[in-house]
Amino acid sequence: MSGALRLGWRYLAFHRFKSTVLVAAVTLMIFLPAATRLLVEDSAEALTARAAETPLLVGAKASQLELVLSSLYFHAESPPEISYQVYQEIQDTGLARAIPLNTRFNARGFPIVGTNLDYFEFRGLELDEGRMMGLLGECVIGANVARSLDIGSGDSVVSSPETVFDLAGTYPLKMNVAGVLAASGTPDDDAVFVDVRTTWVIQGLGHGHQDLENAGKAVVLSRGEGTVTANAALVQYNEITTDNVREFHFHGDTSGFPLTSVIAVPPDEKNGTLLRGRYLEEGVEQQLVVPDEVLGDLLETVFTVQNYVVFGLVMLSLATVAVITLVFLLSHQLRRGEIFTLRRMGASRGFIATLVASEIVFVFAASLLLAAALTWAVRLYASQLLLSLLTF
Amino acid sequence: MSAITINGLEFSYAGERGFSMRVSSLEIAQSDRIAITGPSGSGKTTLLNLLAGTLLPAAGEIRIGDTCINRLSDTDRRRFRINQIGQVFQAFELLDYLSVEENILLPRLIDPAQSASGVGRERATELLATVGLADKAAYFPASLSHGERQRVAVCRAMFNRPQLLLADEPTGNLDQANKQNVVDILVEQALSHGSTLLMVTHDRSLLASFARVIDFSELTAGGVST
Repeated sequence: MSGALRLGWRYLAFHRFKSTVLVAAVTLMIFLPAATRLLVEDSAEALTARAAETPLLVGAKASQLELVLSSLYFHAESPPEISYQVYQEIQDTGLARAIPLNTRFNARGFPIVGTNLDYFEFRGLELDEGRMMGLLGECVIGANVARSLDIGSGDSVVSSPETVFDLAGTYPLKMNVAGVLAASGTPDDDAVFVDVRTTWVIQGLGHGHQDLENAGKAVVLSRGEGTVTANAALVQYNEITTDNVREFHFHGDTSGFPLTSVIAVPPDEKNGTLLRGRYLEEGVEQQLVVPDEVLGDLLETVFTVQNYVVFGLVMLSLATVAVITLVFLLSHQLRRGEIFTLRRMGASRGFIATLVASEIVFVFAASLLLAAALTWAVRLYASQLLLSLLTF
Repeated sequence: MSAITINGLEFSYAGERGFSMRVSSLEIAQSDRIAITGPSGSGKTTLLNLLAGTLLPAAGEIRIGDTCINRLSDTDRRRFRINQIGQVFQAFELLDYLSVEENILLPRLIDPAQSASGVGRERATELLATVGLADKAAYFPASLSHGERQRVAVCRAMFNRPQLLLADEPTGNLDQANKQNVVDILVEQALSHGSTLLMVTHDRSLLASFARVIDFSELTAGGVST
């Protein structure tokens, strides 16, 4: 290292606090506009890719955005429910393959996605270990869930109550992990997948208890024609096993049971258009949305806001540059004595210029590296960050 | 051959200061120890700067050994100054962000030719030992007393074993005890390296340490005007 560079480095190292503040200011000046742009562009790309892969979505007539965010990214408040019958009707039309979704519940912070095996084929999801869910009460977990909770096939995960004070609500259901999905880099990595009927059990629409036919008098209060009245001593199951799965049943017509939405995958554009037409008719209680269009509208707004934000940040950066220039000039002024001494000892003008320049270069180089590292980190979590912001 | 030879030196500051100085002749022998005294503002520091080559005369010649310093190119004059002239200043002029050892090595950092040479830490250690600061190599100037700082400045001036050692009121910021100590060190260092010592001072109590005392007024008699 040349003498001037060494002196420059020693000066910055000695005045650590000042150097750190300068590096932090320059880092933010570079990082903020760059990260904002990258965050929006990268995450928009990731979000639209998933939306583009999902041709049509049917849900209750409410916020389209909420419907898309909860059904595709499992990230928003659950929209109003639709009935399972909607799924059956779409299947019956023959215009599209229907995939039911119920995303109302979660397990230890990870969304529980009630669906059927078609979902995995549709999303191209593959198993990393174990097998697909076969029994009621079994689940398949995403790669991030397995890593975060440190569980795998053979372990179990318990559904979380909707609120802490939901005393009259559903019991937590212990779900056995049948398999773990390979990482896909999508929201599926963060989900717990179960059969849609399992979500109904979580909701309390289906349940399992000891066989009442063989129950003793201590449990049965009365027996009538087709009805048996039991007391609180009746054993309710909070885990579905191969031994008790037959005891689980649903009361009422399952076609009226709730879903969040239905993904509709028409074989071609014509069938898709015909299906869309059905939901434009008057009196239909559901809406059919094209996720790509819904997200496109949202991102258009995001991009507009982003342009204003970036403009503001660039203005702020210019102000920071002015302040930093002032700091360097003042510092140079304060060090006139030192520079005069160096000149008297024999230092050339080039040496002094290199010394001053090296300090500036060191500060900017450190800031660039730091800004690059931060931007890289932001890029890794771009989609999750934007989703969190959108659903805040 | 003389250590310093000045002939027909004329110098004046441009602009409003209106200072001019003339030294018709001065000769100082090799390894001599000279004290220069005189009233403030008479031009003593200017003479040292002319000898160091940081100022250039309007006329005349200044020879350090057999080199006419005012005829050298800028680059050669700088290099000559780094290698052949050691300077000690009144306010020490140590860099606060360098350790004691690094301050002594400063001439090497400034001169690209020396940066590549092997001379360095051993020489600094050796110099620090001679001034009683061997254990302070890693200290920063702010943690040293004034007397210690000036001793470090002397080490820095002596780093390249200069043929000429210029000291401009080096005891001006020191208490009485440290004044004599620093002068003793300067003289001792100059003697041990065979350097010629030229020191500007107002303190008459220190003159006994020098072989010769030059009254600046007499040196420039009829030649200095302000």
